[in-house]
Amino acid sequence: MDFQQTAAIFIVLAPGIAAAIAGLGQRFLGDKGSMGITTLILVAAAALAGTLFFGQVFGHHEGGNGSHTVALARWIDVGTFVANWAIRLDTLSITMMFVVTGVSSLVHIYSIGYMADDPHRARFFAYLSLFTFAMLMLVTADNFIQLFFGWEGVGLASYLLIGFWYKKPSANDAAIKAFVVNRVGDFGFALGIMALVFVIQVPAASLGADGQPVAAYLAQVGVEQFSSVGFDTVFHIIANNTPVQPIGQAVATPIQQVTFDFLGQHVWALEIIGVLLFIGAMGKSAQFFLHTWLPDAMEGPTPVSALIHAATMVTAGVFLVCRCSYLYEHTVVAANIITVIGATTAFFAATVGLAQNDIKRVVAYSTCSQLGYMFFAAGVGAYQAAMFHLFTHAFFKALLFLSAGAVIHGMHHEQDMRNMGGLRKKMPLTWAMMLIGTLALTGVGVPGIEGLNFGFAGFYSKDAIIESSFASHDAYAQFAFWLSIIAAFLTSFYSWRLMFMTFEGKTRADHHTYDHAHDAPASMSIPLILLALGAVFAGGVFYDAFVDHHQADYWGTAIFTGAENHVLHDRHEVPTWVKLAPAFAWIGGLFFAVIFYLLAPSVPRKMARNGGPMHSFLSHKWYFDEIYNFVFVKGTALLGDVLWKTDKKVIDGIGPDGVTGVAKAGAGGLSRLHTGYLFHYALVVLLAAVVFSAVVLFGQGR
Amino acid sequence: METLHLGLVHYLSVSAALFTIGVFGIFVNRKNIIVILMAIELILLSVNINLVAFSVFNGTIVGQVFAMLVLTVAAAEAAVGLAILVVYFRNRGQIATEDVNVLRG
Repeated sequence: MDFQQTAAIFIVLAPGIAAAIAGLGQRFLGDKGSMGITTLILVAAAALAGTLFFGQVFGHHEGGNGSHTVALARWIDVGTFVANWAIRLDTLSITMMFVVTGVSSLVHIYSIGYMADDPHRARFFAYLSLFTFAMLMLVTADNFIQLFFGWEGVGLASYLLIGFWYKKPSANDAAIKAFVVNRVGDFGFALGIMALVFVIQVPAASLGADGQPVAAYLAQVGVEQFSSVGFDTVFHIIANNTPVQPIGQAVATPIQQVTFDFLGQHVWALEIIGVLLFIGAMGKSAQFFLHTWLPDAMEGPTPVSALIHAATMVTAGVFLVCRCSYLYEHTVVAANIITVIGATTAFFAATVGLAQNDIKRVVAYSTCSQLGYMFFAAGVGAYQAAMFHLFTHAFFKALLFLSAGAVIHGMHHEQDMRNMGGLRKKMPLTWAMMLIGTLALTGVGVPGIEGLNFGFAGFYSKDAIIESSFASHDAYAQFAFWLSIIAAFLTSFYSWRLMFMTFEGKTRADHHTYDHAHDAPASMSIPLILLALGAVFAGGVFYDAFVDHHQADYWGTAIFTGAENHVLHDRHEVPTWVKLAPAFAWIGGLFFAVIFYLLAPSVPRKMARNGGPMHSFLSHKWYFDEIYNFVFVKGTALLGDVLWKTDKKVIDGIGPDGVTGVAKAGAGGLSRLHTGYLFHYALVVLLAAVVFSAVVLFGQGR
Repeated sequence: METLHLGLVHYLSVSAALFTIGVFGIFVNRKNIIVILMAIELILLSVNINLVAFSVFNGTIVGQVFAMLVLTVAAAEAAVGLAILVVYFRNRGQIATEDVNVLRG
């Protein structure tokens, strides 16, 4: 076992063990012990992951980076259905491991300062480590089942951490909402996995006497072990168009020609699987229609928002789509859906971000919007650009969140930007960090000039995405391109609005709060500085490896690019105005933000006070919560009410209640015959005697 | 003046009348249990008249023997019935038929 494998096992399992120790042993360890153990282990894991990552970027492997798997244990083994606990090591998982452990370790350190006054610190750190463990399980999975385990694990950790302040009703509501909305997506995801198992079956002719596929079929597939949920098997079969025999079909068909009967239509099985898996990704990554939980998740502590709801968990959907590049390269409809949903989210979330006043919610919508960018990048085939943006976004969005946390911390848990202002003099370090984050988010850089190639992280990744979407010439990609330009403008506007409302102008905070506002302690500012370094340099340093000349070597077999997919190459040949457009977008956004929030701050305030349809549309987040409440919550309640009454009145009325009713009425009638009066009995006896003797006599008479 | 010849029909008519009075005495009466007992005696009496009348007109003695048996049973029955009544009166304080309904469902 070489260093890489040992390190990977430590990175993945250690946070889980740390979580168990800190969570179960917090009575013996105390707060300090729990915090120390989880933080130390995370820092060690981050250091190892960093080593692996830099080895992957700068080490030169012949013929590109490969992938190999460290099998830990056999999990499921039923017939040809096999799933392992395993760690898959390829560029995708190593990149994600670095992002997850890096941000997580910084958030652990930051939380030592941020949560200093919280009575339940040990529990908090145990949850953070548990989350990290689940996320690492997700990114290093070598089959869909293990990925689903990690997927649900991060969902659980997210629920626990959003509802960490369980005495706050709004936090509990938000936690439940996050869980329930994710359930919708997870249902799609689970169906997708089931569809995979359904389709990817060994043809009957290739099954040996022992029920296992024969060696010739394995050779044709190109794997040592057949597993209908394993990435190796699934991707090999899709890439080679190997014949499979779906359950219930009589003949083996090459997988790309397999069809389902769905709602009376013949549909391609791969398209269905792609769409279902993407629905899972939509839930986890808060895409349009399933995004409503993300802003509410801001009820959790700010470090949680930075770790889970900005840098790592919400990007799991993007990771999933990139992981399944083998699948999406062979689907047209599913990829187009991804493009459209992603672009719509990017635009929608950016518009909503304009009208929010809670500092964390602005950043949350910005996250939502950036995730949209990543998705449509993957949709147009630029998986590398999507992963690149995921990578840089993790730095600058965690930075923005943690800076916002520092502001909130310094302002005694005030989150409303209307009660801030003028904080630059009070917290210069936080201001500088937030400024770097904003520059990176808005994508500030020098475009298109040889030799003067500098920009913040977001500049490289976002421009790569925008150029890719222009270079991919179909109509959906053009739709995405134009929305992304508008979204870039809006992003710049609301980001600078946040900066100006928080740090500039005369303060609107009350005297007491303002006088005591201060920069964060060292434990909080050191992570900020490290993230700021990432936000400045992550783009320029890794540009070449992620999306430029060396991308094919870097990604190796981890990401598959179809033969006709030249997006990453074509994006260099887009017209100059396309390359300049993002720059104009951020300059335009900055320009309007300066006018509205520095020079004439009374104008937007008047607009907000007067309301107007546009403002209320945006500040109510396109009325999504209201519509969902009306359609799903009220609708379900109404349906439940109708069904309940039907059950009570009709089914119970005819069934149990009806039968008992008949019995009771009959018994009542009979019992009323028993009056207890002697003369009634006598009468009955007499009448009976008459009747009987009449019968007997008539019988004799005949 | 033609002498009235007493035939079987006359005896049977008396018997039937007595029987009917007895039956109605049982379930028309709503006042008193003793009246019911007396009504039962009337019914038995009517049966006795029947038995004796048939016995005489058929010239066999069996009917009259049977009548003696019925009289004995009636006496025993009256004794038992009255004894129950006495006990009942001790427990309830009155013997009105309308209140004798503990068997009521």
